[in-house]
Amino acid sequence: MRDEATFRVKAGLAEMLKGGVIMDVVTPEQAKVAEDAGAAAVMALERVPADIRRDGGVARMSDPVTIRGIQEAVTIPVMAKARIGHFAEAQVLEALEVDYVDESEVLTPADEAHHIDKWAFKVPFVCGATNLGEALRRIAEGAAMIRSKGEAGTGDVVEAVRHMRAITGELRRLGSLNEDELPTAAKELRAPLDLVRDVARTGKLPVVLFCAGGIATPADASLMMQLGAEGVFVGSGIFKSADPPARARAIVEATTHFADPERVARASEGLGEAMTSLEARKLDEAQLLAQRGW
Amino acid sequence: MVPVVGVLALQGDFETHARVLRELGAEPRLVRVPGDLDGLDGLVIPGGESTVMTLGIEREGLAEPLRSLVASGTPVLGTCAGLILLDREHLGVLDVVARRNAFGRQVRSFEADLLIAGLSGGPLRAVFIRAPWVEEVGADVEVLASVDGHPVAVRQGPVLAVAFHPELSGDRRLHEAFLTAVHENGGRSGG
Repeated sequence: MRDEATFRVKAGLAEMLKGGVIMDVVTPEQAKVAEDAGAAAVMALERVPADIRRDGGVARMSDPVTIRGIQEAVTIPVMAKARIGHFAEAQVLEALEVDYVDESEVLTPADEAHHIDKWAFKVPFVCGATNLGEALRRIAEGAAMIRSKGEAGTGDVVEAVRHMRAITGELRRLGSLNEDELPTAAKELRAPLDLVRDVARTGKLPVVLFCAGGIATPADASLMMQLGAEGVFVGSGIFKSADPPARARAIVEATTHFADPERVARASEGLGEAMTSLEARKLDEAQLLAQRGW
Repeated sequence: MVPVVGVLALQGDFETHARVLRELGAEPRLVRVPGDLDGLDGLVIPGGESTVMTLGIEREGLAEPLRSLVASGTPVLGTCAGLILLDREHLGVLDVVARRNAFGRQVRSFEADLLIAGLSGGPLRAVFIRAPWVEEVGADVEVLASVDGHPVAVRQGPVLAVAFHPELSGDRRLHEAFLTAVHENGGRSGG
């Protein structure tokens, strides 16, 4: 008797991605470059976040042809993005048998009040979060993996750092509370009490936590891993840089050896120009992607 | 004596294996470079992406030291990607050919109760995630369990390899069996 799509199976794939780098790709050729450089998975997109930011307009799910082409090019897991709340896009991605759906603030939100009911799907979901309450709300909706939102397409790591520190700091704070203080904490976090009790006891999320949004260098990856990320998403940072294969390999190496500065130093040598970056602090309110979702 | 068991930590769910080993009284050591293999009593090659780990083994120069470790009779447990890395087409220390993603993409991943030869206490809850199966089995390889006629647990000498994730189900029997082999091997070599 086989049980498919149990939560253990959904969250289990994220467990297998730990210590790895998930790379945004827009063509089968890029997917191959990513796989050959040691990507643990690829995110199949029409445009990387930096281009979405530049082009403006409504950003939607990718063309199934793009996704299929990438699935055929590589053997590693293929993820794809659906708009926040756009459960029909997620249904299409499930029909395409992508390995993970990213309900992503990088695309234009389709619903300003509701996220996708992720329990209704066989395919697992990863969702972004800026703090612990947001992470727990996504998990309550069925997310099987969490990532920081950061500020995608900027090459500026500052927002990812803020989000990772917020999540791990709030986890530590919960661990210091008494049992009778947890209901109020749950109310403040706007998260279900049972999940709050669970993370207060274990000190960690019940699913894998990656970082995303602005990671552009091997040292960025090392920084995020030392701050508690269990793996790294790199969006525009690789294929918008001068030498994508070398940078991809270097970020993979720095993620494995994140705690060894000499190895991170060696990985950082001679990579050429990083992506063209935007300072996240100087973006207009309307340009901030991390504020999408709630 | 507390056995020191290495866990290959290039990528994947090595922390989970390390936690299980610690709970069972062994001392886990994360292995990222050849020097980390010195003096190990056993080794676990965890689940993860086999392509990433293959590149990592190449980058770190770990292939020969890993082969020597197996040749010396040190017990090895490979799970999922670990099974793939041990096969003929990778490290070549287990006489099987694994087929990657044999059960299909993630939506076909599953869990099931699996009877494993030699493991007492009834079936083990086995979690298969984008799992491989064994396509070809050499003469000296013992098949311990199969799904739909495809071997998913095999043993050859000191090498035990499974296509599923015993570290995810909470059932510790497979790790216990592996640690029993570690203890017995330690006794023989006098260490």
